[in-house]
Amino acid sequence: MNILVFIKRVPDTESKIRINYDTRAIIEDGLNFVISPNDEYAIEEALRLREAKGGQVTVLSVGGDEALTTLKKGLAMGADEAVLIKDELKESYDGLRVARLIARTVEKKYPQFDLLLFGKQSVGADNAQVPSMVAEMLGLPQANVVTKLEIEGASGTAHREIEGAMEKVVFSLPAVVSAQKGLNEPRYETLKGIMAAKKKVIPVVTLEELGLTKDDVAPQVEVVALEMPPARQAGKIIPGTPEEAAKELARLLRREAKII
Amino acid sequence: MFLTFIETREGKIKKSSLEALSEAKRRAAELGTDVGAVLVGKDVDCLDPTLFSYGAARVFLLEHAELASYSAQGYAAALHGLIKEAAPEAVFFAATAMGKDLAPRLAAKLGVGLATDCTAVAVKDGKLVFTRPIYAGKAFLTLRLKSSPQVATLRPNVFPAVAEGAAAGEVVKKAAALPDGAVKGRVADLIVESGAEIDVTEADVIVSGGRGMKGPENFALLKDLAAVIPRSAVGASRSAVDSGWIGHQHQVGQTGKTVSPGLYMAFGISGAIQHLAGMSSSKVIVAVNKDAEAPIFKVADYGIVGDLFQVVPALKDELKKLFE
Repeated sequence: MNILVFIKRVPDTESKIRINYDTRAIIEDGLNFVISPNDEYAIEEALRLREAKGGQVTVLSVGGDEALTTLKKGLAMGADEAVLIKDELKESYDGLRVARLIARTVEKKYPQFDLLLFGKQSVGADNAQVPSMVAEMLGLPQANVVTKLEIEGASGTAHREIEGAMEKVVFSLPAVVSAQKGLNEPRYETLKGIMAAKKKVIPVVTLEELGLTKDDVAPQVEVVALEMPPARQAGKIIPGTPEEAAKELARLLRREAKII
Repeated sequence: MFLTFIETREGKIKKSSLEALSEAKRRAAELGTDVGAVLVGKDVDCLDPTLFSYGAARVFLLEHAELASYSAQGYAAALHGLIKEAAPEAVFFAATAMGKDLAPRLAAKLGVGLATDCTAVAVKDGKLVFTRPIYAGKAFLTLRLKSSPQVATLRPNVFPAVAEGAAAGEVVKKAAALPDGAVKGRVADLIVESGAEIDVTEADVIVSGGRGMKGPENFALLKDLAAVIPRSAVGASRSAVDSGWIGHQHQVGQTGKTVSPGLYMAFGISGAIQHLAGMSSSKVIVAVNKDAEAPIFKVADYGIVGDLFQVVPALKDELKKLFE
């Protein structure tokens, strides 16, 4: 199987987000960047499919040179190749333009593929747009938020998480699948993998090579404001024995907060 | 016209679709236009007059044999056909599992941008402005979409669903135009967990447990508590999920689900930053923890410093009395 996995560089989940109000962007200084956690499930699933069925796993990322570090991590986990789709624009919060870059890269550079794997959403922009958009642009079926995946010949079956249930989705290959926690347990990078990744040359795909102009991928999203959430105040601590405190809490929830 | 996609599950309209419809009605009124609701399926009917009372002037029913079960490809193609014909200014979805799967596919078909999981929609200088959490709620992004129509998904449990309109309106039934072979993947089956409770993203009340629960067997306490509270669900912190005490679909936080219930009760959860991000837009927060210094108390409206194993059963008895 020829599998392409799309990964994104994001601040780790323990990060405190700070905002530069002049540029309407988050302040990157001091942040620790990682592969978006959902994307790690996608890489792991690709590696397992390769181990079971043979083939090749390529990790790709849209971004600036800083994404090379993220791609090296993908290689260190075990991917065969890595590709940087060079994008000068910082985070635009616009799934459509990222999807256009990816769809065009696939068409022009990697038309022979069986599966496109993504994380269900980046842990950051939280858009959950790119997998479905790429599927539409390439005319492929999609299965998003997947916790179980089986490939048999030219078709696939996936369990996709919905509210309080799972949908069993059946589809033909090639297809787009996005990974959710529960799909697998991602492996750690090995020392051998890290050493091998260091030696790998990561090819860079540019807009020009893709035959795209800046206008073709101009953001449809205009950032009006970026703000911190409203600060919450610490409320009251309810004293007393567990029974007394529980009774008072129930009373406050009904009488004061009027929430139950 | 503002078009709202109406999602049904087992023949029932989703509450979050009515919330989206109601919000469409409010914003459309500001811009001097009306609202359409659209249902997609094999043999769909209007279900009941609900949609008119929540603000729809027109209800579109898009039908095709291929649409008997859900597929993003089929549904997006059907909606695309209607949108090309009816030319709405905006298209709203609830940000449910289906909404988040379908809206981006439709947006790409239309070649337009998309605002995901919005928590506020406003009209400014005659244009829609969307606000949505990013980094699971560690920051909020307010954006405009340059493209048209304006496509957005609206977070469940945030927008009020208000029935105030007429109980009747126009029903427009259409055969959806689907090219042969357009649908290459579809839902073949629905696997419902036994005793499947309400999802944390849709619950009015979340009863959530963390490392302080000490083990998987103790989540039964939280299930018992949830059982006495209407429209409630059991949530969990990442450490509880990663310890294998409860399924990941219950996880609240940056690598789990971002939730906005009316009431969030955290038991034995210290309040790691990634957890706080995922639940701090809850209307009321309760924390019960042995450690008085736990960061969760900094965001809690009501706190009890104490042993959750004593507080939870007592609270269950008190709430049971209230709801009886």
